[in-house]
Amino acid sequence: MSTSILALALDIAAGAISLAMVLCGWRLIRGPHVVDRLLAIDTLYLNAVALIVLLGIRLHTPILFEAALVVAMLGFVSTVALARYLTRGDAIE
Amino acid sequence: MTLHPLIEWLAASLLLVSAFFLLVGAVGLVRLPDFFMRLHAPTKASTLGVGGALLASMLVSAAEGRAGFAELLITLFVFVTAPVSANLMAQAALHLRISGTATEPGDAVPERAGPP
Repeated sequence: MSTSILALALDIAAGAISLAMVLCGWRLIRGPHVVDRLLAIDTLYLNAVALIVLLGIRLHTPILFEAALVVAMLGFVSTVALARYLTRGDAIE
Repeated sequence: MTLHPLIEWLAASLLLVSAFFLLVGAVGLVRLPDFFMRLHAPTKASTLGVGGALLASMLVSAAEGRAGFAELLITLFVFVTAPVSANLMAQAALHLRISGTATEPGDAVPERAGPP
């Protein structure tokens, strides 16, 4: 299995996710309000988790899934902190 | 190592579906005209896309003979925290009085009724 269907699907999915990250970066630069940029950062974190998972499938290592878990937790915490900062003017009371 | 062809095709189709949903979420983030419309596209479609990629990863790792507990943990974490972060972003937008383009500028954000 030199050219397996799984490797082809991994290539196509990595390209599509990279295109999605470029679109999120466009919204991050362009975004008219600050909450648009916050939403773009949250979506970028989700896409990064998916890209790390694709790399873990390709390399057959279980180590990268803990990296994906750490990235997901950092994304959630940063989104919550920024949203709290925009709402209350203070991240941690 | 060679996977079973059925598992390989199933994982490949799951990966393609997840990439499609992630791309749809990003296109919706770019194309929709209003923040409250834009909030819909990534928070649902991208969550489903990440879930599909993790499901394919769990399938491949189970076919290779190791249990994917980390993938299951990431899936549960993403599915729990995505609505919470979307709710907090919507609260921030309501607090900042972001007006929607689909409604009149005067009544974009309705006045909240105070406590009785």
